[in-house]
Amino acid sequence: MIALLLRDLRLAIRAGGGFGLGLAFFLIVVVLVPFGVGPNSSLLSKIAPGILWLGALLACLLSLDRIFALDWEDGSLDLLATAPLPLEAIVSVKALAHWLTTGLPLVIAAPVFGVLLNLPAAGYGPLVISLLIGTPALSVIGTFGAALTVGLKRGGLLLSLLVLPLYVPTLIFGAEMARRSIEGLTAQTSLLMLAGITFAVIALLPFASAAVLRVNLR
Amino acid sequence: MELQVSDLTVTRGGIAVLEGVNLAVSAGAALVLRGPNGIGKTTLLRTIAGLQPALLGTVSLDREQMAYSGHADGIKAPLTVAENLTFWASVFGTGSIDAALAAFQLDPLAARPAGGLSAGQKRRLGLARMVVTGRPVWVMDEPTVSLDTDAVAMFAEAVRAHLAGGGLALLATHIDLGLSEARVMDVGPFKAKPPTIDDFDGAFL
Repeated sequence: MIALLLRDLRLAIRAGGGFGLGLAFFLIVVVLVPFGVGPNSSLLSKIAPGILWLGALLACLLSLDRIFALDWEDGSLDLLATAPLPLEAIVSVKALAHWLTTGLPLVIAAPVFGVLLNLPAAGYGPLVISLLIGTPALSVIGTFGAALTVGLKRGGLLLSLLVLPLYVPTLIFGAEMARRSIEGLTAQTSLLMLAGITFAVIALLPFASAAVLRVNLR
Repeated sequence: MELQVSDLTVTRGGIAVLEGVNLAVSAGAALVLRGPNGIGKTTLLRTIAGLQPALLGTVSLDREQMAYSGHADGIKAPLTVAENLTFWASVFGTGSIDAALAAFQLDPLAARPAGGLSAGQKRRLGLARMVVTGRPVWVMDEPTVSLDTDAVAMFAEAVRAHLAGGGLALLATHIDLGLSEARVMDVGPFKAKPPTIDDFDGAFL
């Protein structure tokens, strides 16, 4: 399993791996929003948590179809399926590799990008924590979507349509947590719901992903 | 150890392509499957390797004992030859890749990114993966496509070494593999008959 994780990380970092693509997309979204809504700093600080969460979510979506598509095209997915690793472990490792190459850089970069949107000082901590807890769910749900669409050529759009509705709870509670903290309210409920969603999908979805992958490999 | 396939019916897209396939390969022997394009050789091999379920029939050995190689080699272009093989060696929990590199004369290419290899060299790398799996049953689909005569001889040597070590091999091919001792079986006679239309459906056709 560690070998698979290391291979995926190495592939992501080497040429054409798409590492940093999500981060660049995140930066573009965050830079463009002030141009779109105008330089009113009180308005920007109001919408900052939502925009940052939305940007992170779309950046995450961007690299989802790479999770299985490349392995499918060159035949490695067939070979992995016949390897001693159970498919559940393979999809979990793939989701972890996706989070390490996409989600984690977004979490680390979010405070920097928060400056661009005039995020209030009270929001930095809660925003980073909510992203840290919420983005693993994005990767795990996305891996499920990628497993569903693995055999399809140009399945990227279908993947987005399938996955985005499933991202809604994470987006609501993630942005809610940052917003409530900024307004000085307690954010505990949002935090617990966010963590609950993440743990639930980590526990359940790998089995679903492995099942649809088995069907798609036939 | 013996691989026994009895009364196996395999399907592609929900339609039976081969039915009632019986074959047996004992340790130290190789069986070559032949048949025209589209007859279902690949489907049969994928079913035996456990990549898809059989409609009917049984395969005597567990899929955990088989190593499968298909039309695609599963090579990652950005990784070097040695990194590709080391990855599979650690997935299958076997140690060294030296024997595999030597068997297909890949030593001079070991540090080269796999994306820069020629088609035949890539195929050799794909076949070298079978050696590092350490599994006793090799299920191989068209293993010698794009190989030159020297490389085919290398492949035949590798298969012989595998058989001598108590392994067995099931191969599908159109090309001569240089394995004169291998038994050849034509899968043509197992072609599935088109499904008979029963009275109920027939009334609507």
